[in-house]
Amino acid sequence: MTHQIQLHSFDGGIHPAENKQQSTRTPIRPAPLPALLTLPLGQHIGAPAVPCVAVGERVLKGQLVAHADGFVSVPLHAPTSGTVVAIEDRPVPHDSGLTALCLIIEPDGQEQWIEHQSLLDELGVTSLEDIAASDLVERIRGCGIAGMGGAGFPTAVKLAVKRDDNGNSPINTLIINGAECEPYITADDMLMRERADEVIHGIRVLLHILGAQRCLVGIEDNKPEAIAALNNACQSLDQSSQISIVAIPTKYPSGGEKQLIQILTGEEVPSGGIPANLGIVCQNVGTASAIYRAVYHGEPLISRITTVTGDAVSDPGNWDVMLGTPASHLLQLSGYQPQPLPRVIMGGPMMGFTLPDDSLPLVKTSNCLLAPSVTEMPVNEAAMACIRCGMCTLACPAQLLPQQLYWFSKAEEFDKAEQHNLFDCIECGACSYVCPSQIPLVQYYRHAKGAIREERAAHQKSEQARERFERRLARQEREAAEKEAKRKARAEAAALAAANKKAAAAAENSASATPAASGGSSSSPVAAALTSPALEKLQKQLTAAQTAISKTKEKLSAAQQALSAGDEDQQTKVAALESALVKAQTRMKDLAKDIAAEKKALKAQPAAATDTAAGPDKGDPNSPERLQRKWETAQARLDAAIKRLEEAKAQGLDTVAALETGIVKQQQRVDEAKAAWQAVTGAPVATNTDSTEPSSQSSAEADAVRKKIRAAQDRLNKAQERLAMAREQQLDTVDALTLGVNKQQDKLNALTQQLAELEQTASQTTTTSGTD
Amino acid sequence: MALMTLSSPHAHGNNSTQKVMLTVTLATLPGLAVMTALFGFGTLINVVLAALFAIATEALILRIRQRPVMFFLKDNSALLTGVLIGLALPPLAPWWITLVATAFAIIFAKQLYGGMGNNPFNPAMIGYALVLISFPLQMTTNWALSSQMGASVAGLGDALSVIFAGGSADAFSGATPLDTYKHLISNKTATEVLTDTTFNGWLNGGWEWVNLAFLAGGLVLLWRRIITWHIPVAMLAGLSLCSLILGWDADMYTPASLHLLSGATMLGAFFIATDPVSAATTPLGKLIYGAGIGILLYIIRTWGSYPDAVAFAVLLMNFAAPFIDAYTQPRTYGHAKANRGLKKPEAK
Ligand code: SF4
Ligand code: SF4
Repeated sequence: MTHQIQLHSFDGGIHPAENKQQSTRTPIRPAPLPALLTLPLGQHIGAPAVPCVAVGERVLKGQLVAHADGFVSVPLHAPTSGTVVAIEDRPVPHDSGLTALCLIIEPDGQEQWIEHQSLLDELGVTSLEDIAASDLVERIRGCGIAGMGGAGFPTAVKLAVKRDDNGNSPINTLIINGAECEPYITADDMLMRERADEVIHGIRVLLHILGAQRCLVGIEDNKPEAIAALNNACQSLDQSSQISIVAIPTKYPSGGEKQLIQILTGEEVPSGGIPANLGIVCQNVGTASAIYRAVYHGEPLISRITTVTGDAVSDPGNWDVMLGTPASHLLQLSGYQPQPLPRVIMGGPMMGFTLPDDSLPLVKTSNCLLAPSVTEMPVNEAAMACIRCGMCTLACPAQLLPQQLYWFSKAEEFDKAEQHNLFDCIECGACSYVCPSQIPLVQYYRHAKGAIREERAAHQKSEQARERFERRLARQEREAAEKEAKRKARAEAAALAAANKKAAAAAENSASATPAASGGSSSSPVAAALTSPALEKLQKQLTAAQTAISKTKEKLSAAQQALSAGDEDQQTKVAALESALVKAQTRMKDLAKDIAAEKKALKAQPAAATDTAAGPDKGDPNSPERLQRKWETAQARLDAAIKRLEEAKAQGLDTVAALETGIVKQQQRVDEAKAAWQAVTGAPVATNTDSTEPSSQSSAEADAVRKKIRAAQDRLNKAQERLAMAREQQLDTVDALTLGVNKQQDKLNALTQQLAELEQTASQTTTTSGTD
Repeated sequence: MALMTLSSPHAHGNNSTQKVMLTVTLATLPGLAVMTALFGFGTLINVVLAALFAIATEALILRIRQRPVMFFLKDNSALLTGVLIGLALPPLAPWWITLVATAFAIIFAKQLYGGMGNNPFNPAMIGYALVLISFPLQMTTNWALSSQMGASVAGLGDALSVIFAGGSADAFSGATPLDTYKHLISNKTATEVLTDTTFNGWLNGGWEWVNLAFLAGGLVLLWRRIITWHIPVAMLAGLSLCSLILGWDADMYTPASLHLLSGATMLGAFFIATDPVSAATTPLGKLIYGAGIGILLYIIRTWGSYPDAVAFAVLLMNFAAPFIDAYTQPRTYGHAKANRGLKKPEAK
């Protein structure tokens, strides 16, 4: 019914050559079966479907082959009867050019349908009004219907509106998008001309589900046949005259959801909001027809109408084509002529994307295959400088300043781009179309949007990392304080014990204390090493963390199950659990590190004890150990300097002279350090008659090895950390890092062994000297 | 079959920067023709000279900057800059003035900023302002007399000799009507002023034809959608309002008709103020920018010491253009109100 609707208009917009008449000369033709059908599991927005058939299984036409994965997802059905020959990654038609899991079916040519029936028959009712909205939505969900206008948003999700207690719907207007403003595409036009009844039936289902008072069907006035056909259909099918067929002025992009809503209602969808905020639900005519088939015939979405057009095909037209049909099949049917610089655009010339290969399949959203010749759509010339002519501003339907967005995106001044509402850009391409300098503006916007999204994600991550770091610092401080307190307590206890012992000894009056004083002092730290309370505590904490992790994991998997079963509230819970899990895991890692450190420290204690026994105190700056280290670092610096000098010489740099003086100086330093070390080590060796030459040497050697061990341990820790991070983020460096970690571990083991041997000899010497 | 992949949109309008620049250049032709008819060959020679200098300088600099010379030259922007300078200079200005103005415009005002599209100031007006300040004598007294001022127009030979050989232009030149009126009105009445030879009874001494011709060219630009109405209309409105409110008494101030139809008013409104690169670009911004030029034009003409003021008015507003743009962003679809300035809105 044509009602008097007050039309509004949107700012900007362009009038590109329509080029629609080529493909409307012939009626819609059914496309014959191809040899293979390739069904990507994600043909919609949301989680990809999950296959529920096995390779080699025979499937019937309309049989469910993959079920929806969660609420925002749709199932997939076999477009014809045949055999599943593979389930594997294949390139899919998506502007990112990625591969994704696909189900490949070899048709048997029998077109054998699975049992299906109208929802009315199934429920034994006679009229649509007798069916509950939820049953209809379930049917639509089960039939795998996703928006067929281009985006592919699961239709059932849009239809799941919550009514208030009185049964009133928040939706008052249903808008059906039949604008089809993109040049060349005529799939919706032909559908409306030939299947107007289906569209109107579908609309009535939608009206019933939504409880909306009215439906506005917006069609550009360059489609008079479609408008007439729908009006006719309305006369017989729309007794309540809720449906208005509205002819709108032809202007690109009037078919953009936001623009169409503005034209028909004068209202604007709030930025970042959805039409439902205005009490509006928007659906495409193709979707309406698919809903009719699902409800009245029980046919799932397994085919669609696709326009094949462009100068490269001799027989342009519309095909009723099974999902999964390769583009090449349709192109051949339409008489494709090989082209220089061949291009096939899926979608229209303004917003479509080029296919990397013509073997890619058609999906639920593929409304057009456009194969232009080079003369028809010249390959973009090199962009010239922006002359700030402002033509883009005049063309932008979103009232943005495309020129400013371009300058900001180009200069990577993303904050300014955001401030200029970059994210309200609908990527319609009107600005690029009019730009006299041929600047690929939309490409810049996509890049900027991508970069900003990445930045946001990275920022979030670094925030988390910062928090984690701060938490760790706090914990370390706390633990240090605890340790200190424990140490004090221990010292007091030890003092008390010593006093007790003394008292006991005095009481017993035993002069012959078997364990030598030196033996007592060296054995007590060893005993402490075996029973360090700090270590015990850490280990306890570790076990606690491990149990916490396994519990969280359990909870997480339960929540995930609930989520996949359709409980949307679980979404946040899953996210929270996941982050909790990550946190727990990091804590465990930290703990493990602390334990390792503690163990190392404990291991070092006996060594320190031997040190104390063997030579002067470690804290003494003139201790041989210190001096030796000094000497070694000086030597290392010298080596590095010499190396640099060689390089400089080889490259003929003018730093040679400077380096040479530096080296001479460094050499002096090395000599001094060496002399100092020798002087010191010589003296104690000379004074300490008990100790012999080899022992001091071996202790020095042991020190060196110990140092190496420390370094190796450090390196190992770092490598492990990096590996863990890579695992967490699923980077492809995991293998390489694992290898590195193993190597480090080996080195460390070798060093530890060396140290152990050295210590053994050293202790042997000390024992011998002790028993002397 | 592997296919070529390109980013959307795949269709493109048939507009191009070359075309835009060329159309603007061509739209100056009526004005150029009228000027040549009224003032003799001086203007034509200047325009050709300036265009050649501009293209040569641009080529040279592109060469030095190692940019593809032909690719950038074919955008016709240097041609347009040259033509505008040629039109703005006095018809009998010596050749080296043209050279200095053009070279400065191309080298300093355009290429040193990064070339096409990156210059914050209108190059032609920078070049013009430079020579106006540096050589005030040649710039203010060399305006050829128009045939309507009762003087004999410089012929081709005379013009060549004045421009290239340093011949005397005294016989053919004088002050412009704007300048004359301003000076004479201080001690005469409007009727008396109009008896001066510059006016010879006509209010504008032939300049109205020049301005009407540029107006016609400007309308062509509007019709071809190369410019929008905002800047010219705002500028002319600003100028008219000022002269109507402040200069309503023709016996005391230059009247609005003389402001609108004399000097470089129409050339400025449609060809210079609208230079896209250096102008404001938002719809509201263009209105503010244009009005600003109109008001400044009136102020400098009335109280300044230069005979005309288009160059200074435009350059001053060029300064403000980026700021104006930032504060006149349109309200984007789906937003309750427009963003202002360059700071990010905090509350989201
Ligand atoms: S249309 Fe192109 S050249 Fe003109 S302002 Fe926009 S981006 Fe710049
Ligand atoms: S692509 Fe974005 S900026 Fe360009 S016209 Fe469309 S909405 Fe405006």
